[in-house]
Amino acid sequence: MTALIGTASGGAAPGTPPEAAPVARNRRRWSPYLLLLPGGLWLLLFFVLPSVQLAGTSLYDRSGSLETGYQQGFAFSNYLDAIQAYWPHLLRSAVYAGIATVICLVIGYPLAYAIAQKAGRWRNLMLVCVIAPFFTTFLVRTLAWKSILSDNGALVEFLRGLPLIGDDFRLLATPAAVICGLVYNFLPFMVLPLYASLERLDGRLLEASRDLYATPVQTFRKVTLPLSMPGVVAGTLLTFIPAAGDYINAELLGTPNQYMIGNVIDSSFLVRLDYPLAAALSFLLMATILIMVFAYVRRAGSEEVV
Amino acid sequence: MASDLVLNDVTKRFGTFTAVDDLSVTVPQGSFFALLGASGCGKTTTLRTVAGLEEPTSGSIWLGEQELTGLRPYKRPVNTVFQNYALFPHMSVRDNVAFGLRRRGMKDVAAQVGDMLDLVQLGGFADRKPAELSGGQQQRVALARALVNQPQVLLLDEPLGALDLKLRRQMQIELKRIQTEVGITFLHVTHDQEEAMWMADTVAVMNAGRIEQLGPPTEIYEFPASPFVSNFLGQSNLFAAEVVGKSGDDLQLSAYGERFAAPAARARATAGHVWLGVRPEKVRLTEPGQQPPADHNWVRGVLTDTCYAGVSTEYLLKTPWGQEMSVFSANQSAGEPLTPGTEVVVHWYPSHSFVLQRPDGHGEQPAPQYAADPLGVAP
Repeated sequence: MTALIGTASGGAAPGTPPEAAPVARNRRRWSPYLLLLPGGLWLLLFFVLPSVQLAGTSLYDRSGSLETGYQQGFAFSNYLDAIQAYWPHLLRSAVYAGIATVICLVIGYPLAYAIAQKAGRWRNLMLVCVIAPFFTTFLVRTLAWKSILSDNGALVEFLRGLPLIGDDFRLLATPAAVICGLVYNFLPFMVLPLYASLERLDGRLLEASRDLYATPVQTFRKVTLPLSMPGVVAGTLLTFIPAAGDYINAELLGTPNQYMIGNVIDSSFLVRLDYPLAAALSFLLMATILIMVFAYVRRAGSEEVV
Repeated sequence: MASDLVLNDVTKRFGTFTAVDDLSVTVPQGSFFALLGASGCGKTTTLRTVAGLEEPTSGSIWLGEQELTGLRPYKRPVNTVFQNYALFPHMSVRDNVAFGLRRRGMKDVAAQVGDMLDLVQLGGFADRKPAELSGGQQQRVALARALVNQPQVLLLDEPLGALDLKLRRQMQIELKRIQTEVGITFLHVTHDQEEAMWMADTVAVMNAGRIEQLGPPTEIYEFPASPFVSNFLGQSNLFAAEVVGKSGDDLQLSAYGERFAAPAARARATAGHVWLGVRPEKVRLTEPGQQPPADHNWVRGVLTDTCYAGVSTEYLLKTPWGQEMSVFSANQSAGEPLTPGTEVVVHWYPSHSFVLQRPDGHGEQPAPQYAADPLGVAP
């Protein structure tokens, strides 16, 4: 009997070196860190270090230039200058991205619901259709929209023919065009997380709700929507964050009057070569997005999705 | 009757498959009614047509004077306890139970919810989420969530199927207690014959979308209406026999050259081809060398298998005409069970026999074998 117990606990089993167990335990303890290592290194090299570098750049003394070299300083005034000069662009970015996110949600939720709950055997095909735009590049897709919305395109011609719409009506180079472009380009980022959470939704819960006197509208408000909140939060974040930093849509579908903060950062870095200001704007954008996301996630009450 | 649940010629087809086939049944108000059948027999579909989660292809459903057919589920005064409970995972136990009341516009529901949680003995669990409860506790929440609405009929769709045996027994007793306490009609769907017999006042045995037999559990067990029922509810030994005459209150039967007797009052057919049936626990074994009592039906056989199950021993034996027969023998004495290969004579009171109709051609081969417990879940 004692021998049996000894074997079971692995203490003195013949043929098993006694030190084997502690080694295995050690390995188990380290395995999470080993799994984190590749991604961690990548982030350190390509995110943390450049961010530190960028933070330094944003505090350069702006009296220098690329030719003469910059003096590392603590010129927090760069941030004030950036806000003073470009607060309309920052605000516009938040507003455009916010409107585009809401439109994406309004279009994407029914779409994701239909694919997840009603599409049956068409489900996979419909998902491919959602992702299909990704098969061409962002730039080409946006250029295609430029020709669709252009002043001598069929769409505008048709709309001008309608009553109540004047001959000087145009789509291109308006805020509407930029927001349309954002909605189009970021819709899949909204649909896919929504689909993932609606696909998991148990149809029996909807039946239980109907059985318990809930009308279809009440069932949606009390059961479907709360259970798909993780998807809503993930989808809005994945749409809002890149949309707020986007500059291609404003560049191709808008005019300088529609330029977003991304356009300003782009031209500060590449055209005006004002590195400290561009870096300061980048951090301002990051801070704006972080603050808005935290406020939003607090309200949505699901910190665990971030 | 005020609010009996009545199904009139209800048929439900899915494509070419007929799940419920022209079913008519009346469930009296306040009764505990069990729909018993193997999976795929249409019992859950029947329940769902009452709940309004399926519309019947034809036929109508009435609750007293009110027609239910065509009403949306949320307009029907019935509630369901779902098979896997379908509790709302994002709500506390309290909000789950209050769900139905709130949807009907009631504001002050705390007292009712509290009373109902006390009834199912979950008073202290109101603030938990369903995921923090055990299977048995979730089951009670599902029951409370349905009962709190005081439906006229409570529909139970295999409510105990996911529980382990001991918990299932406990919940069966509790369900019965609650039903007596609240007096609501319970329509209970199950594939577990013991559960149905244990709890229900009336059992309807379903097969292929139809009700094969309906009645109190004792009646269905003691005098089944068809070979299917005789082997779905418990087990039966069936012999292909012919009615050859009558003496007094007994039918005289002949099977495989042997003579048997059965009371005419326990015969579904009194002439021609019949099945002679007897339950295994009604049959007694005679040890080798002993004679069976003179007026008993008896069959000679060789034991092929012996299963000792504690309270009883189950014997399988082979008759001279090659049919298998089972005999349950209560272990009342301390003797060793008989070993396979022993030649025995088994016998039973004629009054324990029952006689079923046998269509022409059936039973020329050995009796049909029905699985007594097709899903293998009954204990």
